[in-house]
Amino acid sequence: MIDVAIDITLRQGEFVLSVKESAAVEVLGLFGPSGSGKTSVLESIAGIRTPEHGEIRIGDRVLFSSSGKINLPARERHIGYVPQDALLFPNLDVKGNILYSGRSGDFESLVTILDLQSLLDRRVKMLSGGEKQRVAIARALMTRPSILLLDEPLAGVDRERRDVILPYILRIRKELRVPLIYVTHDHDELTSIADRVLRLGR
Amino acid sequence: MNSEVWEIARFTVLMALLATTLVLPPAIAVGWLLARKTFPGKTLLETIVSLPLVLPPVASGLLLLWLFGRRSPVGQALDAVGVEVIFTWKAVVLSMMVISFPLVARSVRAGIEQVDRRYEDIAATLGAGSFRILRTITLPLASRGIAAGAVLGFSRALGEFGATIMVAGAIPGRTRTLAVGIYTLVETGREDAAWSLLVISAMLAFGAIYVSNRLVENRGRA
Repeated sequence: MIDVAIDITLRQGEFVLSVKESAAVEVLGLFGPSGSGKTSVLESIAGIRTPEHGEIRIGDRVLFSSSGKINLPARERHIGYVPQDALLFPNLDVKGNILYSGRSGDFESLVTILDLQSLLDRRVKMLSGGEKQRVAIARALMTRPSILLLDEPLAGVDRERRDVILPYILRIRKELRVPLIYVTHDHDELTSIADRVLRLGR
Repeated sequence: MNSEVWEIARFTVLMALLATTLVLPPAIAVGWLLARKTFPGKTLLETIVSLPLVLPPVASGLLLLWLFGRRSPVGQALDAVGVEVIFTWKAVVLSMMVISFPLVARSVRAGIEQVDRRYEDIAATLGAGSFRILRTITLPLASRGIAAGAVLGFSRALGEFGATIMVAGAIPGRTRTLAVGIYTLVETGREDAAWSLLVISAMLAFGAIYVSNRLVENRGRA
């Protein structure tokens, strides 16, 4: 469980999005159609995008506050972020990606939980969509983040593969007890994982 | 071909390699700044960086002659520590560096601009600072653009004439490069030797441009 308090306004050109949510969650589902700004909300929490104004608090840490003039840089936020296309570093192999943060403490256990042993020496190009997601999740979790942001981890994979990847995500929640913010536009997916849902409209 | 011709070719290639090596670090720094940062005076920096591209090389040479001559503070400071630049091999390297710098910096900039910024964002969420991100993500992913820039800068350095003749002169066995050599040999009626230098120049230029084009064509494929 972690307290998540988001009250921000984002602007991109003509498009303005206000998001307000405050709850203690294990898995917060972020639900909405394509283009509703789900990714922008995640990027704001991760510190990659700066909201126009508002406040973001995770646990007892204020990450962003326009009134308090606080805007922690991404590298000091301890937020794990897995973008939709995984964005594994193409110049490093799987192991190099997982160890990028410079920490190695949880390496063995994450490799086991996410079933990555056979992939470690592979080049990133040689991985399937689902494998890339798992590697990106491991890479993010190596930093022991206070919360893990997953942007549509199942979007790029077919039904069959979904049933393979979803259990991994549930294991992270159960075995590592890492709180999640989980973005999706699929209602079934949401009900199987989230304990609270934030809906974004257009 | 006689030994004089080979000596000129060897000297030129050596100086061009040295100039390219020395020009890379500042060109990478400026290319990165222009590709990734916004700051006051950015347009001014862009203009200054590109200036040697449009200024006649002889004019750049004159500026260098003034800057490193005994009457300027820079020249005096160097003189005080016993370093002589004008009319030495150092002046050859310096001219090559100044003339090839814009080509290398622009190529580095283009290479870095092609790197998806989101990789850098992800690296930051993993705790990496800007220098580490540059070293481990941006530069490796831009390596083809950087290599292409280096090859381009090297080939430009090989053919450098205008600035070189101003600051380094054409001292046989000391500062005479391919381009300067062709000119002085023709002037002194030794066209055979000049033609030999021309053939060597053409082969070197062909090879360098070919490699550079291959690097640019394959960008993103590897």
